[in-house]
Amino acid sequence: MWAFIHKLGSPKWFYAISARLQPWFWVAAAVLIVIGSAWGLAFAPADYQQGNSFRIIYVHVPAAFLAQSIFVSMAVAGFIFMVWKIKVADMAAAMMAPLGAAMTFVALFSGAVWGVPTWGTWWMWDARLTSMLILLFLYFGVIALRGAFTSRDSASRAASVLAMVGVINIPIIKYSVDWWYTLHQPATFSVTSRPAMPMEMWAPLLIMVLGFYSFFIALTLMRTRSEILRREANKRWVRELAGEVS
Amino acid sequence: MAFDSLSAFLAMGGHGVYVWAAWGVTGLLLVGTVIHARAERRALLRDLRRRARRAQHHGASSDVATSVSHQEGHARES
Repeated sequence: MWAFIHKLGSPKWFYAISARLQPWFWVAAAVLIVIGSAWGLAFAPADYQQGNSFRIIYVHVPAAFLAQSIFVSMAVAGFIFMVWKIKVADMAAAMMAPLGAAMTFVALFSGAVWGVPTWGTWWMWDARLTSMLILLFLYFGVIALRGAFTSRDSASRAASVLAMVGVINIPIIKYSVDWWYTLHQPATFSVTSRPAMPMEMWAPLLIMVLGFYSFFIALTLMRTRSEILRREANKRWVRELAGEVS
Repeated sequence: MAFDSLSAFLAMGGHGVYVWAAWGVTGLLLVGTVIHARAERRALLRDLRRRARRAQHHGASSDVATSVSHQEGHARES
């Protein structure tokens, strides 16, 4: 197991293994998102209270899940980098940050647009919305911090520390709907209880969530491969690879 | 099908603006990240090929081993 992790931690091995994994995640993402979108937009029944505006849930919830999961992944990768000095973990953390910021923006934007017909307002300074806005700023902070150092190692360590500290915001987002009075409805999915929605409504949502996760994995594999080429451009195996490609 | 016609589907029972704005922004960002990632990879490979050609050129006129060590030394400085 340890030998495997150390091999995976070597950029050359990661580059080879990710090449084989990547296509499966792209295919899964495309199939799941296409099926989930068609089902959610055209086939799921309209909500008896919200009508068709509830179809925003099929982009809002997957984006919000990813926004939080990507930040946790970044913190875990930062921890692995700081403790075991595995560079690939730092490269992956750097490459997933922009997608995390984009997904946080999607969650906030789709939520605001959904709020207009449902709550009569697009924004409220309540716990859930505010903690998500803080998440967006944390992403901006991590991305800006990487660009703020001339030494790559300092930048990586600073970004790792911010990700590990900022991850405290994640349980705050999760429990904000329970701890404070808020307009936002409680969690849609729960591990312990059955969904409150009928199957025709939650099945496409589950498919979309899985599709978004596959997309995240596929994109992170692809971009980490690019980052390996960028950072290891002077390594012999990368130069040989470039020679073969040309 | 939850809708009788294409126009009913687009209208979303009067909520079309909200539904399509949310879905549109999501779609654009997802497609945009893929386009960006592909461009990033292509640019890096192009750059690597250019470096490889330059190294070959360099190696043809002088000893390959010294050329490689020279390159590595140069990389460490930069």
